[in-house]
Amino acid sequence: MIISNGEGEKIFENVRYLDNAACTRLDERVLEAMKPYFFDTYAVATSEFGYSMGIDAKEALQRSRESIASKLNANSEEVIFTSGSTESSNTALKGIALALKEKKGKHVVVSKIEDFPVLNTAKALERQGFSATFLDVDAEGFVNLEGLKNAITKETVLVSIQQGNQEIGTVQDLKAISEICEEKDVLLHTDATHSFTRVPLNVKELPVDLITMSAHTIHGPRGIGALYIRKDTPITKFMDGGFQEFNLRAGVEDIPSAVGFAKAIELVTDEENRRLKAMRDRVIDKALSEISEVTLNGSREKRLPQNANLTFHYVEGESITLHMDMRGFAVSTGSACFSRSLEASHVIRGIGGDHERAHGSVRFTFGRYNHIKDADAAIEAMSEIVARLREISPLARK
Amino acid sequence: MKFPYSQKVLEHFKNPHNVGKIENPDGKGLEGSPACGDMVAVYIKVNSDTKVIEDIKFESYGCASNIATGSVITDLARGKTLDEAKKITWKQASEELGGLPPIKAHCSVLAVEGLRAAIKDYEEKHGLVTEKEPTTEEVVRSRLKHVMNPLTGLDIIRTNLILRTSVEDGVVRVVVDLPANHQFAPAIKEDIMEKLGSLWDVEKVDVVFTA
Repeated sequence: MIISNGEGEKIFENVRYLDNAACTRLDERVLEAMKPYFFDTYAVATSEFGYSMGIDAKEALQRSRESIASKLNANSEEVIFTSGSTESSNTALKGIALALKEKKGKHVVVSKIEDFPVLNTAKALERQGFSATFLDVDAEGFVNLEGLKNAITKETVLVSIQQGNQEIGTVQDLKAISEICEEKDVLLHTDATHSFTRVPLNVKELPVDLITMSAHTIHGPRGIGALYIRKDTPITKFMDGGFQEFNLRAGVEDIPSAVGFAKAIELVTDEENRRLKAMRDRVIDKALSEISEVTLNGSREKRLPQNANLTFHYVEGESITLHMDMRGFAVSTGSACFSRSLEASHVIRGIGGDHERAHGSVRFTFGRYNHIKDADAAIEAMSEIVARLREISPLARK
Repeated sequence: MKFPYSQKVLEHFKNPHNVGKIENPDGKGLEGSPACGDMVAVYIKVNSDTKVIEDIKFESYGCASNIATGSVITDLARGKTLDEAKKITWKQASEELGGLPPIKAHCSVLAVEGLRAAIKDYEEKHGLVTEKEPTTEEVVRSRLKHVMNPLTGLDIIRTNLILRTSVEDGVVRVVVDLPANHQFAPAIKEDIMEKLGSLWDVEKVDVVFTA
């Protein structure tokens, strides 16, 4: 279903997709850029001594690599393509752990509100004999810098702290974090899945050693991501196979997707980020002023431009999302109600929220195909839904 | 549009029947808690001669299946005697709703428990229960049937997750066949504590994991 023509003008009015942190609609211009590499230049990338089609494919891959690198102000040989964020973060954490466990030690530091690729890779390393520190965050989701300093030991091989949070949108002070890591001489990885192209990240200015990126959050194809690895960073590949991607990521390169990823990056503009920020602010401001007993989750100022996350007290998130769905909105929630024993959002719990705050949390994430009117309509619908659900809630003050 | 629920569930969810609170109810039941994500309150007015439920209302903090079950269960109980209403089961409610997703069983079972708790409350207040039932292993196991095993969507008794239970001097001990670091261990523990901690003669609940 086409929702809009990309200029904010509606073609189909019925669906307002406000779950762009989960996945985004592909931009047609990305698809157009990818097509030739499915049907014309469909060869794998060969060496420069291969055949013409393979050399063309290799050049396309190289151009894509360069455009990702240049967005970070990095060199192209510092970027490898992967199948997405999960693989990028696995490669970073396991790759560094494997490379340094004999030379340096068996300890990693991550924040407790990381997304699952980092969080669960750290837990997997624990099962393999590493120790992991899960850093506390404050009420807005910021990592405690003193805690970080104290957590790093001589044995620490890697610190992994995300740039922007997947649920509550908090953007960490990567400058301060990277300075601590540099001073302590420990490598730093950051998961930029939700912040890449939305929040500046320049590796010449910040001593970050590894960066996870993905195309699926910026209207690119899903199934492709990238990992920035600063030159001379010791890393061991954990998946064996061919010699692709500087012998760091085996497997046939997905050239159409790499080209699509590069195109997706090119299409993100500062103007678009300002537009998303306006929608985010509209939702936050209206929710806080027009609906009673609402709490903002995350920081008001230092947050991803596309993310709003609010708890509507005394009501449960799954009921909200279903009501929103019936009205044509797609939003997500940190409620555990999907199954009681599936944990409530570890992020909301991590910032000190109780279960009730997690169950009533709703995330609105905006993308290219949303319009400021969607933000207004979402709050109008939320206002009615929350009032209706509070009427029947035994927790609500009436 | 595609929803994970039957049309009937959606209708009850959108426009639930018998919603609200009864002031000065003859009986009141409250099941679940905000921590587990679902909570139901059931209020009844009972004719003291005929023991017929003349009015019934419910409140819900929960997901769609919780709200929809509250709606049908109160429809089913209205006009029935307490003894008849006690026999209403989750299965009946689920059938009435055209089926519920198995993973949602625990959310919807709460409404049935809420109704039974309201009836019990009435009976206790009106001297219809002569003495409180002491907590035995049997009572413990029947309570644990309301704790879900999220790996299967069925309860932890039926799926043999409970190795042993014991009751001694107000202390209930439950041995769960899961390692303590299992992803669901904390949630299951919380759920068990909640189900058993509210029993009148239980002072302490020990939940023990096998590894």
